[in-house]
Amino acid sequence: MTLATPPTAVDKFSTEYESFVVENSSSPDWLKAVRQQAWSTFSELGLPTKRRGTELWKYTNLQPLADADFAYGVTGSVSLDQMKVVGPWDDAFDTVVVVDGEFSVELSNLHGSTGLDAGSLAEAIAAGTGSVESQLASLAGREKYAFTALSTAFVDDGAYVRIADGTQLEQPVHVVFVTSDAAENRASYPRLLVDAGAGSSVVLIETYVNLAESAQFAAPVVEMFAGDGSSVRHYRVQMENESSFHFGTTRVAQMGNTDFTSTSFAVGASIARNDIHTLLDAPGANCTLHGLYMTNGEQQQDQEISTTHAKPGCSSGQFYKGILSGKSHAVFSGKVVVERDAQKSDATQKDLNLLLSRGAEIDAKPSLEIYADDVTAAHGATAGHVDRDTLFYLQSRGVDEEAAKAILIRGFAEEMLNEFKPPALHEFVEKITDERIPILLAESDTIGTA
Amino acid sequence: MLEIKNLHASVLDIDDSEILTGIDMKVNKGEVHAIMGPNGSGKSTLANVLMGRFDYLVSEGDITLDGESIIELRPDQRAHLGMFLAFQYPAEIPGVRPWQFLKTALDSKAESRGEDKMSVRNFSKLFDEKVEAVGINPNLVKRSLNEGFSGGEKKRNEMLQLEVLQPSLAILDETDSGLDVDALRIVAEGVNSMRSPARSFIVVTHYQRLLNYITPDVVHILVAGKIVKTGGPELALEVEKDGYNEYLSATGANV
Repeated sequence: MTLATPPTAVDKFSTEYESFVVENSSSPDWLKAVRQQAWSTFSELGLPTKRRGTELWKYTNLQPLADADFAYGVTGSVSLDQMKVVGPWDDAFDTVVVVDGEFSVELSNLHGSTGLDAGSLAEAIAAGTGSVESQLASLAGREKYAFTALSTAFVDDGAYVRIADGTQLEQPVHVVFVTSDAAENRASYPRLLVDAGAGSSVVLIETYVNLAESAQFAAPVVEMFAGDGSSVRHYRVQMENESSFHFGTTRVAQMGNTDFTSTSFAVGASIARNDIHTLLDAPGANCTLHGLYMTNGEQQQDQEISTTHAKPGCSSGQFYKGILSGKSHAVFSGKVVVERDAQKSDATQKDLNLLLSRGAEIDAKPSLEIYADDVTAAHGATAGHVDRDTLFYLQSRGVDEEAAKAILIRGFAEEMLNEFKPPALHEFVEKITDERIPILLAESDTIGTA
Repeated sequence: MLEIKNLHASVLDIDDSEILTGIDMKVNKGEVHAIMGPNGSGKSTLANVLMGRFDYLVSEGDITLDGESIIELRPDQRAHLGMFLAFQYPAEIPGVRPWQFLKTALDSKAESRGEDKMSVRNFSKLFDEKVEAVGINPNLVKRSLNEGFSGGEKKRNEMLQLEVLQPSLAILDETDSGLDVDALRIVAEGVNSMRSPARSFIVVTHYQRLLNYITPDVVHILVAGKIVKTGGPELALEVEKDGYNEYLSATGANV
């Protein structure tokens, strides 16, 4: 007889969950029910520290997270000047700032753009704005997944963005989740709900930044609804501090003739996961998911990228690039499911990695599950070192080895950096990349001129 | 200016792989030397070893430039002294623009010599002039370095770099027999327009064809890692007619 192992680390969160329930006793009943169901799911699951027998966590060791303690509900202050330097910033953007999980009216910079309703999620819940009640936790939080369950158990505030039908927003909407400076380790559950109306068009930037140097645990959940004929251009910038844990979940539901493109820039945290799923739920839904991840030291970055083709005539593309150095580790898990009725689907998957050190490890597993017969699909993954011929070519023109490697790394990243279109965002990711390259090179040991 | 003395070289980390088995040659200022030889004779290795490629080990001998040994220098340091290697198949480098790359190369040369870097404005002017001179499509140099370039475009791009960097010793590795006539012309035009009393060239080639367009001062025949014969331009014509058999049997090489 074997004894069932109790779920990991539930106790760590239970006291805080209980006081959270008491403090939020005036929440609407439907929300209380959502939280309670999510908590019951989480208490059943615990943190996924068991790796054996699970594809989802096979390459990721969550024990460091389970071993750490985090306080919930501690908030601090952040200044506008700090906001302008820690992440991308443009005064022209409609910016929603969420500090330690709470909407900040002082730091947010909203211009009253016609057709845009952007602000506090707590307020939208209280006012019953739009379809909040039916949308919140409908894409994420009810399934048996520890991080969305835990996050949903604590769902409270965050950002709400609604774009009215037919609205073409000229400036991007920027949602910044910032953790204030504080000595203690803290947990936060940032939440974003995006409702893009039929025929609307929006550029949406999500930024995760950290002013604290202590370990922070963030389990953000983003749900996006792309109405008929809408176009959503999404960016995700993750720059948590190097002792933090970041488990982000993005769930997107696309209606007919929609275009959803998402580009991720993931450089932060000690252990981070960018989990994104797009559901192509009506003919003519197209999605492109891509991103750049860079790791050094003992960092781990996971890209858990999946798309479901539920209806015919949709296309999806996944394209990621990784640059790894030191003893860092990255996982690319790309999955495309083409359901039986989804004929005329087109799906591509690609993951390219540049390994700068012998100690760096990439686990890339693109996979296609196809149940329809009329489908075009292709997938591939590569991992390589800096090419010696190329390096010699650059050196023969007078560029020294370090500078040549830097040029090659920058060139490898360039294609993804160019996907960041808003100028302030593009400048920011370029700057961070240029700052990161010497750090990656300092931990590089794969090529030497002897 | 360049002197090679009893040069022996092998592939790094592979025993018994000696490819260059004792090369002696001297290239004076303003001369154009051609190095010819059958496949596998070590022509391309010689070009790479001269430029300091790290995949080779020089076990014996010396290379001097203006009397100073360069054997311990890295490829970038040799480039700073005025050496240049044109590649037969230059690497395709995604995400790197020719303009940006050449500016970096020129800046590091200036830096190594303690000179001022060229201003962006002056460099742009120089770059545009050279682009026009070499006849490269100006749209092409806005793209990634060599990426998706045709064979001829890659050659023009190599000549563009030669023009911008103005080396005092240019080595052209055109070892492969697959070079088409257009590419040959581009290389030859580049060499001929840059030929000057202050600049030397070493042209490495398999066939005499390239030498229809470039008239060398000196021709060397390289067989089994050694120079077996040195002569004037007429030597290239002899090889074209009779092939390398005579030299191969003489050295006992089995190529």
